[in-house]
Amino acid sequence: MEGDIATMGAYIGAGLASVGMGGAAVGVGNVVGNFLAGALRNPSAAAGQTATMFIGIAFAEALGIFSFLVALLLMFAV
Amino acid sequence: MATEAAAGEQTGLVFHPMDQFIIKPLFGDGAVGMFTVTNLTLWMAITVIATVALLVLGSSSRQSIPTRMQSIAELAYGFIRKMVEDVAGRDALPYFPYIMTIFMFVVMANFVGLLPGAFTTTSHIGVTAMLAMLVFVSVTVIGFVKHGAGFLGLFWISAAPLPLRPVLALIEVISYFVRPVSHSIRLAGNMMAGHAVMKVFAAFAPMIVLSTGLGLIVTPLSILAISAIYALEILVAFIQAYVFTILTCVYLKDALHPAH
Repeated sequence: MEGDIATMGAYIGAGLASVGMGGAAVGVGNVVGNFLAGALRNPSAAAGQTATMFIGIAFAEALGIFSFLVALLLMFAV
Repeated sequence: MATEAAAGEQTGLVFHPMDQFIIKPLFGDGAVGMFTVTNLTLWMAITVIATVALLVLGSSSRQSIPTRMQSIAELAYGFIRKMVEDVAGRDALPYFPYIMTIFMFVVMANFVGLLPGAFTTTSHIGVTAMLAMLVFVSVTVIGFVKHGAGFLGLFWISAAPLPLRPVLALIEVISYFVRPVSHSIRLAGNMMAGHAVMKVFAAFAPMIVLSTGLGLIVTPLSILAISAIYALEILVAFIQAYVFTILTCVYLKDALHPAH
């Protein structure tokens, strides 16, 4: 175990950044859950909206990805 | 990530899960330079050859009762053509070949990377950042060529109240420039995370050699977990290629119809 206190802080920060994953999980779950709720009410309209659902998932996921980016920056750039 | 590889000995794993992403020269042990032939080069070439083989061989015979290869090539073509038409509109069809190329390359790279022992080219941010930057630059150029200064109307939301518009414009500009970042890291991050998880379980699988008591539980569990995660990764490989392509279509739609 060697290293300085800045490295320790960077590693702790990188670990904390993984909390953002939970936010992405909530977002993606919300998008798909609401899609499914709507799709079960009107199944005939569901097929045309699958692409919209995936776009929504992608945007919700993007913010979770930024926490991954923060972790990467802390591990390899700071 | 190569710098972390040496830490594997202390963690108790048989190998470090990040070892699979190290870029090595194919010939010799020299440093990796701009033109070094590496394992990434090899697997990218395999990806391109596989894509060309699927599409050229699949469409060369053109039977009315399609072979399996022809059906796959036709399915991919029809799928992407419909996506471009639905998401980006009919006037985006001239750009269909570019979007088809992106989709075929990404989906094939993801699937080729799932072969045991293969190197996943799309798990490197360098590869996906290049793809995303090409999309970003070409979409911006298309927007300015088609609409001139009117393309800036993308950032000026005329539906919003006037005092709010400068603030919204600032947010829109930031989110526009963040696009290539999220576009590339989404693909690379998903691929990297999935393959790292598989390797973590793979490193726990030979536990039965180290200790028989614990190994009787850990080894079957981790082999089951690898199989399950492999199945999930096949799904993820396709979905991430699909998401990458559909976002390209969304960005293209913004360039073709910038007015809010």
